[in-house]
Amino acid sequence: MASTVNDASPAVAQAPKRRRRRLGRLTKKEILVVLGMLAIPVVVDLAFVWGPALASVVLSFFRWSGVGGLHPRACRPSGGLIQDNGCFTGVDNYHRAATNYPPFWPAVEHNVLWLLVFIVIATPLGMLFAVVIDRGIKGSRIYQSVLFLPVMLSLALIGIIWEFIYSPNYGLINTVIGHNQDNNLIDWLGNPHLNLWAVLVAATWRQAGYVMVLYLAGLKAADPALREAAQVDGANAWQTFWRVIFPTLRPINIVIIVVTVIESLRAFDLVYIINKGSNGLELLSVLVTNNIVGETSQVGFGSALGVVLLVISLIPISIFLYQNFKRKEGR
Amino acid sequence: MAQSSTGSGPGAAGHAVSRRGLLRAAGIGAGALAVPGLAAACSSDSGSGGTTKGGGSSSKITFGSNYSDPAPKQAFASLISASKSKTGVTTKINTTDHNTFQNNITSYLQGTPDDLATWFAGYRMQYFANQGLLDPIDDVWDKIGDNFPDVAKNLSKGVDGHYYLVPIYNYPWVVHYNKSTFASKGYEVPKDWDAFIALCKQMKKDKMVPLAFADKDLWPALGMFDILNMRINGYDYHMKLMQNKAAYTDKEVTKVFDQWRELMPYLQSGANGRIWQDAAKTLEAKKAGMMFQGTNQVAAQYVTDKKDIKDLDFFAYPAINPSFGQDYMDAPADGFIMPKKAKNTAGAKKVLEYIGTKEAEIAYLKYDQWDVGLAKDLVAPTYNDIQKKSAQMIAQQKAVAQFGDRDTDPAMATALEQAIQKFIGEPTPGMISTIQQSLAKQAKSIFNG
Repeated sequence: MASTVNDASPAVAQAPKRRRRRLGRLTKKEILVVLGMLAIPVVVDLAFVWGPALASVVLSFFRWSGVGGLHPRACRPSGGLIQDNGCFTGVDNYHRAATNYPPFWPAVEHNVLWLLVFIVIATPLGMLFAVVIDRGIKGSRIYQSVLFLPVMLSLALIGIIWEFIYSPNYGLINTVIGHNQDNNLIDWLGNPHLNLWAVLVAATWRQAGYVMVLYLAGLKAADPALREAAQVDGANAWQTFWRVIFPTLRPINIVIIVVTVIESLRAFDLVYIINKGSNGLELLSVLVTNNIVGETSQVGFGSALGVVLLVISLIPISIFLYQNFKRKEGR
Repeated sequence: MAQSSTGSGPGAAGHAVSRRGLLRAAGIGAGALAVPGLAAACSSDSGSGGTTKGGGSSSKITFGSNYSDPAPKQAFASLISASKSKTGVTTKINTTDHNTFQNNITSYLQGTPDDLATWFAGYRMQYFANQGLLDPIDDVWDKIGDNFPDVAKNLSKGVDGHYYLVPIYNYPWVVHYNKSTFASKGYEVPKDWDAFIALCKQMKKDKMVPLAFADKDLWPALGMFDILNMRINGYDYHMKLMQNKAAYTDKEVTKVFDQWRELMPYLQSGANGRIWQDAAKTLEAKKAGMMFQGTNQVAAQYVTDKKDIKDLDFFAYPAINPSFGQDYMDAPADGFIMPKKAKNTAGAKKVLEYIGTKEAEIAYLKYDQWDVGLAKDLVAPTYNDIQKKSAQMIAQQKAVAQFGDRDTDPAMATALEQAIQKFIGEPTPGMISTIQQSLAKQAKSIFNG
């Protein structure tokens, strides 16, 4: 399809005619194949992405424990231990999240902080690794493997590894610095002013490796002639990178921005492993899980939190898509 | 209005029926929901009805188990093989990892559950019974009722007064210590709060952590809240609070946290970052003098770490308010339920009838060195000192609670757990009043939303 559009663009006036002729040339069988290839992804997308997303939006207006059906009537106050179930509550779930759910605002704050740390620390760090390795320093392959290793581990495993490092009485750090006695220990994971930063170190440890690999791929693809030309023109290494090479990495940069945003919004495993995302480690994704998965779940309330997360993630995605399409049109 | 929490009055049952009836009229989820009265009627004749339901294969049932750790798995297998030789019912065990099992229980019970499943007593069972996901087993209790004390009977009833659970074991929440430590230092078991604090002070002087403490997993410190509340305000108030009939802003709750504040200097610091296993290890290493936790955790940890369980001993939490003395404690019970959608109800009931006997509990306890059976006057031949003492102590209680997260709505339990972590991080009067107000506000929306 894309090639059709590109071919047509020089002669805009003729485009509709040509396209029709081309379509007409397709046999019935070909049309069926094209339709099939379009329909399958569309159906899958609707069934597994938009269906559940819309269902979450609908559920977020209900109070529902996941047992029985939903009823199109307003909830009645119960007053007792067992509540009215499967009934319509309007925007109550959202109101409760914003005003009467202590972990909510800390979670939003932590998600933002997570994103900032990834943008300000993890990404530049990964870029630095990539540039240094790309210059071919001694043992670059070893560095490359070592730095990439965390990316291959699951975040749950990373959580467990860092638990061993941070554990108060038996952990690596406290033992090495001699702070593992009960009168002087540093509570890395239990102190709410400290634990988010401790976890962010672990998350950055992995994210930097991820970013490094993406940049390395971009740097390898950069035309060496550009670098030579810059050097011939008398640019130093700093100028060569920032003025010449970096601009050619634009597509990689966009990928990395998207990856960074997505990774910081879906951050979950690390904090869930550590303390189910409480006491200073609240994140929106964890709150959604804590409310929906569980013995007696609050599906409606959890869905409302999920919708909040959906809206937040739609912002960067929309910006990205808008930018991308605008550029294509401009060409 | 309080129909769902008491539920024993006849009027309450009537209310529930009409509400359910309304739902049925709406035609939504009618299959999944059942009128409690009707359900009871069904079950009363299911001695015959069960056989037809089972289609003649009443000698074969499936059992959904969350006993996924090696020790309870072995104990459970021993129970089931004993049940087969006794009842002739062949049981196929489907074991699921216990966290997964618990998280999926809602969909499990609504999907295609096994004929029997492992579960917990208390509100945690009543919640599902109330939604019509469990089958009442009153006819089973007609036969096994004499084997159990009243405490066990009450634990097994739903809010509608019907039986839904057959318990297998429970365990007490008590203060553990090493006999050798107490002997070598000449410590004595404290009976009341003043003696307790004095002992803590002495231990601190002796360069020990008085009380090993951990709360990274969120639930362990809830036990401390429970026991302080029961010691200071009594069992009735504690249950009222759990059931939303008392408010978290009450001065009773303030007293609990104030008392806890007094104990704070003697609790192992940095609890929010420590798992309870590590706290138990400080007790094992005799770096800590005492630890308040369930025997199901501490004694089991001693066995896991191959430490000397004969050196381990415990005492009931010291008395605070003389009018309640040491009358109450948390003693969570685990047991078995029959899902509404069970296929072979006749076979399942036969197995339940066997499980509700002394000899079945003995078969289970052969491989369990930390829990105790609930049957009347049971002293299993394999009991160690810990178990003997546990059984005695539980029997002496005027009432036992299940546990903070088993006695109240899970969302409320989570809110309370998180508030307690905040308190542990900053045990000040200002923090206490902040969390009390926040808890009261959350209780309002959780229970009345």
